[in-house]
Amino acid sequence: MTPKNEVPLTIEPERYEFTAPATYVFQSGRRDFFKILGAGLFIAAALSKAEAAQESGGRRNPEDSLPQEISAWLHIGENGTITAFTGKVEVGQNIRTSLTQAIAEELKAPVESISLVMGDTHLVPFDMGTFGSRTTPVMNLRLRRVSAAARDVLLAMAAKQWNVPPSQLKAESGKILDTKTNRSLSYAQLVKGQQIAQVIPDEDPLIPPREWTVAGQSLPKVDGRDFVTGKHRYPSDQKLPDMFYGKVVRPSAFNATLVSVDTKEAEKLPGVIVVRDANFVGVAAPDSATANKAVSLVRAEWHADPQTSSRELFDYLKQNVSPREERNDNSRIETGNLNAALASSTHTRQQTYTINYIAHAPLEPRAALAHWSDDQLTVWTGTQRPFGVRSELAEAFHVPEEKIHVLMPDMGSGYGGKHSGECAVEAARLARAAKHPVKLVWTREEEFTWAYFRPAGLIEVRSAVADDGKITAWEFHNYNSGSAGIRTYYDIPNQRIEFHPVDSPLRQGSYRALASSANHFAREVHMDEIAHSLKMDPLEFRLKNLKEERLRAVFEEGAKKFAWSGTKAADHGFGVGGGYEKLGYVATFVEVAVNHSSGEIKLVRILTAFDCGAVVNPDGLRNQLIGANIMGIGGALFESIEFENGRILNNVFSKYRVPRFRDVPSIDALLLDRKDQPSVGAGEAPIIGLAPAISNAVFDATGIRLRSMPMGPLLAPHGLRFS
Amino acid sequence: MSETSLHINGREYQLTADRQTSLLAVLREFLDLTGSKYGCGEGQCGACTVLIDGKARRSCLLPLSATEGKQITTIEGLAKGEQLHPVQQAFLDEGAMQCAYCTSGMIISAVSLLNANRNPSDEEILTAMQGNICRCGTYPRILAAIHKAAGVLQRGQP
Repeated sequence: MTPKNEVPLTIEPERYEFTAPATYVFQSGRRDFFKILGAGLFIAAALSKAEAAQESGGRRNPEDSLPQEISAWLHIGENGTITAFTGKVEVGQNIRTSLTQAIAEELKAPVESISLVMGDTHLVPFDMGTFGSRTTPVMNLRLRRVSAAARDVLLAMAAKQWNVPPSQLKAESGKILDTKTNRSLSYAQLVKGQQIAQVIPDEDPLIPPREWTVAGQSLPKVDGRDFVTGKHRYPSDQKLPDMFYGKVVRPSAFNATLVSVDTKEAEKLPGVIVVRDANFVGVAAPDSATANKAVSLVRAEWHADPQTSSRELFDYLKQNVSPREERNDNSRIETGNLNAALASSTHTRQQTYTINYIAHAPLEPRAALAHWSDDQLTVWTGTQRPFGVRSELAEAFHVPEEKIHVLMPDMGSGYGGKHSGECAVEAARLARAAKHPVKLVWTREEEFTWAYFRPAGLIEVRSAVADDGKITAWEFHNYNSGSAGIRTYYDIPNQRIEFHPVDSPLRQGSYRALASSANHFAREVHMDEIAHSLKMDPLEFRLKNLKEERLRAVFEEGAKKFAWSGTKAADHGFGVGGGYEKLGYVATFVEVAVNHSSGEIKLVRILTAFDCGAVVNPDGLRNQLIGANIMGIGGALFESIEFENGRILNNVFSKYRVPRFRDVPSIDALLLDRKDQPSVGAGEAPIIGLAPAISNAVFDATGIRLRSMPMGPLLAPHGLRFS
Repeated sequence: MSETSLHINGREYQLTADRQTSLLAVLREFLDLTGSKYGCGEGQCGACTVLIDGKARRSCLLPLSATEGKQITTIEGLAKGEQLHPVQQAFLDEGAMQCAYCTSGMIISAVSLLNANRNPSDEEILTAMQGNICRCGTYPRILAAIHKAAGVLQRGQP
């Protein structure tokens, strides 16, 4: 039975990324917190105005809320339990652990006494989302400040109770200790029966990295046991009583419109609900087998116009640039006099580089469980932007945001691919019609097709260099892939750098490090090409043109550890690529070996040197660095989305190769722990150096220059392949 | 639809289901054993791996009809009470996970390997594990964890 008297809804397939800010900041006022959490001590950190505009999208406060923009809050309960609340979410980058360490450090409390509520829109302060490697530079700092303030309040409470100066007291292992008398009061005893709420300015002094005892150490994943026992419930594992299973009838191609649909056979199945609403057709059933069967019985006819295919992609990108007036002002950088510098040089080069679309392919596909209760909607879903999903739901259903509760259980990864809420909207649409909670888990094919892709790109580079190896001119045009990492950090007097947006043939969005991988690939391969043309060592050539001290350091320290100047076996090649992204400095070194009889090129070893300031969790950081490089092998060598006329041709793992055990060479990370520098993120930047380093190593070994990502298909005409 | 009896993690379950339903759907939907994960539905990623009579099988491709009379072990059934299986413990010790969505399948595949071979070489581990995908790229740590667990099992602990 199709519900008849419902307002037609438009589900917008193009909504992803940084959508317009929503209207309300808080669900709960200060008093509500003690109702939810019980008595105790409640500390919230206020943002400065500038930060508020940047981090919260300049949203205003409703009347009864806390007095300023708030970024994080923390509660100490009467039993001594410490709970911190943040809009950041855990997607495998291990911030539940690193943020716990930050709190334990400042609050001088045992790690076991601390828990984090993350990404629950009813309980946490508004947050734009978990992207851009912002958690460590921003949220880690905020939670440290809140924790430091809580510690000061506890010290003051004990001082008052004992009537002694706070200076003779110290915080230690969840207690305030009187250093003169050795008496102590636990945090639980101190907050018993209290309802103290404080908003602190964002400026409490913090413990400097050199004095850290918990932060800066390798703490294992705080809830690791739940993952090795299968106990942890990911978004796709959520369940409610009387829950139905949803399934969506997908269009025949991208941008297709529904011409006609016959749902009669599907509706005959027991318990099946069929929904047709604008271009959306879906079913819900008491079990997934019935839902699958129902979808197979729906007869839908779609119309789609002819669309661009992957074989004509790069011509399309060059020829379909958006009009200049639609662009953002900072899409172009111009310094010095580029044309004059190019005209006066005898060593000029011009090259084109291409980057294909790739898929994030998170192992857990998009999943949502939606439940309506009267006009209140609750959705558990895997997303990097719980508040963004809430806005999408509010808009799709014409429901105020305060009636929507989005919860984000720690999910099966995202890599920038889960910013959007389409699965949540679909599940909620089905649940409203079914009058049951509905769980929708996308299939792998759906995830490969109806999510969004890392943008493809065409990059043109023109350069000029003087005899002594100083670059004099640099022209860089990126079509479509994006402007992240587009600026050169080399010291070049005459530059023109421009990003040319294109109406992309495929739906595209964020991906780990955004366009930085593409821009670094073109830049760092081109640097290598210039160095070889001058018969200069590629590393020496980079350093000759580089002033930035921290970037020089990762190149130099990495080269030492890699033994860049050491001996190289016959048919082996060395390559380097590096740069700067999301406040982190990276240099990656690669060795490859060519087997001329088998035609195989093998990655022998990878080393990434990385500086992200003071290291919060060395083991977690190593895990990110090495993981990013392994993920990067896919985009560098073989990952590529093939599409034809609005359809994805390789939408399963058997047709879309991702890195597996045998693809991994010897791989190492060098951490430049800069205790004199603020801690910044590490989830993204470490991926940027790998692809150019591989290309440059292959050139070193074979003389073959690979200018496209993925590089694997380029080897075939030479009778070679990556093993 | 028919009555089926399943032996899972040392317990007996009776249920009524279509005999063509995948074991993965039965575990997750009917029995609420959600430790085995859906990742691809074509036996390519290994996230759904369970032990059938001690050997790794992809539960997404296994119809219910093929599991009768067999001993099924899922990630939920590996630990003995509070005592983790040495492979589970080794994954924790080596920090061999990030998002950990692949972890159940990785652990089960490794247990299957170690059931048959107490001292696998790198090469034997790669062969056994090549069908399991970790998108976060924790492969070197998983390799280290399997070696570590092999050492523990060889010494007869626990």
